[in-house]
Amino acid sequence: MPRASTHLSLRDHLGTLRARIGIARNQYKLNPGLYCVGAPTAESPVFVTANYKLSFDALRQELSGINAWILIVDTRGINVWCAAGKGTFSTDEVALQVNRAHLAEIVSHRELILPQLAAPGVASHELNRKCGFKGRFGPIRAADIQDFLASGNNADDKMRSVTFTLAERLILVPVEIALIWKLFAIITVIIFLVSGIGPELYSVSAALSRGMIAGGATVLAILAGALVTPILLPWIPGRQFWLKGMLTGICAGLAYVSAGKAMSIYDALSLLIWTVAAASYMAMNFTGATPYTSLSGVKKEMKLGLALQCTGMCVALILWIASPFIG
Amino acid sequence: MKDFRYIDDTAILKLNKDLCIGCGNCTTVCPHRIFELHGHKARIVDYNGCMECGACARNCPVEAIYVNPDDGCGCAAYIINSWISRLRGKPVNVCSC
Repeated sequence: MPRASTHLSLRDHLGTLRARIGIARNQYKLNPGLYCVGAPTAESPVFVTANYKLSFDALRQELSGINAWILIVDTRGINVWCAAGKGTFSTDEVALQVNRAHLAEIVSHRELILPQLAAPGVASHELNRKCGFKGRFGPIRAADIQDFLASGNNADDKMRSVTFTLAERLILVPVEIALIWKLFAIITVIIFLVSGIGPELYSVSAALSRGMIAGGATVLAILAGALVTPILLPWIPGRQFWLKGMLTGICAGLAYVSAGKAMSIYDALSLLIWTVAAASYMAMNFTGATPYTSLSGVKKEMKLGLALQCTGMCVALILWIASPFIG
Repeated sequence: MKDFRYIDDTAILKLNKDLCIGCGNCTTVCPHRIFELHGHKARIVDYNGCMECGACARNCPVEAIYVNPDDGCGCAAYIINSWISRLRGKPVNVCSC
């Protein structure tokens, strides 16, 4: 029986850091099966979680001083909520792991404590029929488990509600930025290439100098959309994310072009439109990180948002190429 | 979650009161606390708080709740990637979160 520590080692923390900045994102799987913390007996509670490092760490860290079983189900290395939404953290999968671990021979009770956010995938009322164990939904956050156990396995409204605090938003920013670096690299190369086009056919010095200016605007737009927007999320007016990103993009773009002296009006206009469109796109992508955006809502906002972002980027690009000829 | 609100009147969520047996599962699993039990029937008290996670429908023993059944989640990157996959004729498995 593998024993899990309730303390994270330096190595665990380094792994967390790597996971959070998106390095080798699909390599944080654990072996499914039964684990233990402390010295559990046949009466000890059984906590179920996903086979994703961050999910497992969040759980075991909160079990210090508790003797318990942890049943890790195979969610292909995906966190509890996303796996439940996709159906890999499912009733069948939980039943399969219960049977595979011969849990009925190890514990005398017949109850599993499931993370509440597994509920989109796990039907508690069907578990009993499939594996002989009843499912009880525990709190959303592992941090509430001690209180949950202390109150006789009951979770209050607060434990059952998702939150989206500043810390919860900030921790998602690095991976959002890491996920677009490939696209960013391609765009940067294109920017440098087109920046050299001018009346004298092609100028390498213009490619470098104008390319730097446009590259700077791109970095700024990414920060406006993927960092500033998440930080200021509750205070930026509007509900739709592409609009929120547009607002931060306008502020960032205006600051950037007004700081750049000796810039033609066409260059300035191009950079402003570019920054607004790119920031809007980045902010729209943050919908996937939030715990409150519905699929219907995101599809709705994307129809107009994506169309305007694409148009804006094309207009900005055309202006940028045309600027040396007309400016 | 009262401090974060998304677009109103878009979520696909229906509760059939006639089928409801008042077990309270939906009130337990909803991460936005949008259900309440009144007597022996569930009631949607904060429809615009719904994010279509589907927990209530999955845990309703009498299938009285209907939530947007489309695959995917409220994530723009996922939706864009699934469009691209569909255009390229590849299976839609485009998200590692």
